[in-house]
Amino acid sequence: MIRLFRRDLALATRAGGGFGLGLAFFLIVVTLVPFGVGSDTGQLAAIAPGILWLGALLSCLLSLDRLFQLDFEDGSLDLLATAPIPLEGVVAVKAAAHWVTTGLPLTLAAPVLGVLLNLSGPGAVWLVISLALGTPALSMIGAFGAALTVGLKRGGLLLSLLVLPLYIPTLIFGAEAVTRGQQGLSATTPLALMAAVTLGALALLPFAAAAALRVNLR
Amino acid sequence: MSIWEYANPKKFMATTDAVLPWVTGLAALALVTGLVWGFFFTPDDFRQGSTVKIIYLHVPAALMAINAWAMMLVASLIWLIRRHHVSALAAKAAAPVGVTMTLIALFTGAIWGQPMWGTWWAWDPRLTSFLILFLFYLGYIALWEAVDSPDTAADLTSVLCIVGSVFAFLSRYAVNFWNQGLHQGASLSMDAEENVADVFYLPLLVCIAGFVALFVALVLIRTRTEIRLRRLHAIELRERLG
Amino acid sequence: MMLDLGKYAGTVLSAYGVSLALLAVIALASWRGAVRSRARLAEAEARKAARNG
Repeated sequence: MIRLFRRDLALATRAGGGFGLGLAFFLIVVTLVPFGVGSDTGQLAAIAPGILWLGALLSCLLSLDRLFQLDFEDGSLDLLATAPIPLEGVVAVKAAAHWVTTGLPLTLAAPVLGVLLNLSGPGAVWLVISLALGTPALSMIGAFGAALTVGLKRGGLLLSLLVLPLYIPTLIFGAEAVTRGQQGLSATTPLALMAAVTLGALALLPFAAAAALRVNLR
Repeated sequence: MSIWEYANPKKFMATTDAVLPWVTGLAALALVTGLVWGFFFTPDDFRQGSTVKIIYLHVPAALMAINAWAMMLVASLIWLIRRHHVSALAAKAAAPVGVTMTLIALFTGAIWGQPMWGTWWAWDPRLTSFLILFLFYLGYIALWEAVDSPDTAADLTSVLCIVGSVFAFLSRYAVNFWNQGLHQGASLSMDAEENVADVFYLPLLVCIAGFVALFVALVLIRTRTEIRLRRLHAIELRERLG
Repeated sequence: MMLDLGKYAGTVLSAYGVSLALLAVIALASWRGAVRSRARLAEAEARKAARNG
């Protein structure tokens, strides 16, 4: 399993693996927002939590379709399915690798981009905490969506239609936590709820995703 | 006799063939009675004026929008556990009907909200939850359309339906947490204190019965269509091979 | 029989109009699907019977 994890990391960080693309996309989204809504700093600070969370969510989505697609096409997914480790474990490992290559960099880069949007100091702290707690759920939910659409020719668009509604709870709690943190209120309630969503997703979705993969590999 | 006998497509077709005219008739009768009663013979509310009449469409449609998803969830579970094809096809057949109900609930709500709340749309928990439910329906239907092999499609959509149900529930509470809304509480709850007055209540019950019967009739019709198409597919496949 | 809907006539009528139109769409679509599938299946069954017979 550790070897699979390393292999996925290596594949993702290699040139053309899509690593960094997500980050660049995140940066572009954040850059474009002021052009759309105006450069008034007060207004930007007010919408910054939502924009940053949305940006993180979309960049997470960007790399999802490669999660199983390449392995499915070259047949290594069949090998993994017959390997001695359970398919649920494979899914979890792949989601973890996805998180390390997208969720983690996004979390680290977010405060820097927060400065561009005039996010306050405490807001930035809560942003990092909430992203760190929330992005694992994004990767795991995404892995489920990718498992559903892996056999399809043009699964990309369908994938976003399936996955984005599932992201709603995480987005609500995450953006709410940052907003409250920025206003100096206690952000622990939404954070706790979001952590609950993340833990639930991590515990249950590998089984659903593995079931979907088995169906697609039949 | 057990209920599982109806999982046999032949038995299902024969039974529904006999039942369908009655259900359709009941749906038409109850809908016409309820809507005419509600539209022409109920008084105006002292605050809402004649807009109160929209309740006869809004409440039953909203109820059925949720119940349709619940029915799809049950049908998906039956398919995953007992592998009855009729069950999977019934879930597929129910989705477009559920979408229609969701749309009716959203549209009538928006039209009613314009004069009453002064806005077409508010990001109120109930409205938002229904919009999210609409998105889930779209994803479910899109997945059915996208997968070629019928059994694979049935499996994948069933898994999606189960996971989607959990997340739809989560979203409901997340949205509640996010924004306390304008929407009034239950108009049909069991404790009679909050209930709407009897003049509105009785025609509303008839309308709900009508919507339920209409839903059953439409799902039966659509399931029968799906069964026929499946059989047609099998025959054509054999022709191509033979 | 014409009843007075007051100042909300447009609101109520449009709500009924939209809803009934949507119901009509789904009902017609279901019905047409049923008729078409029945015709196509009958055709295929006839072909099958002709080939086997």
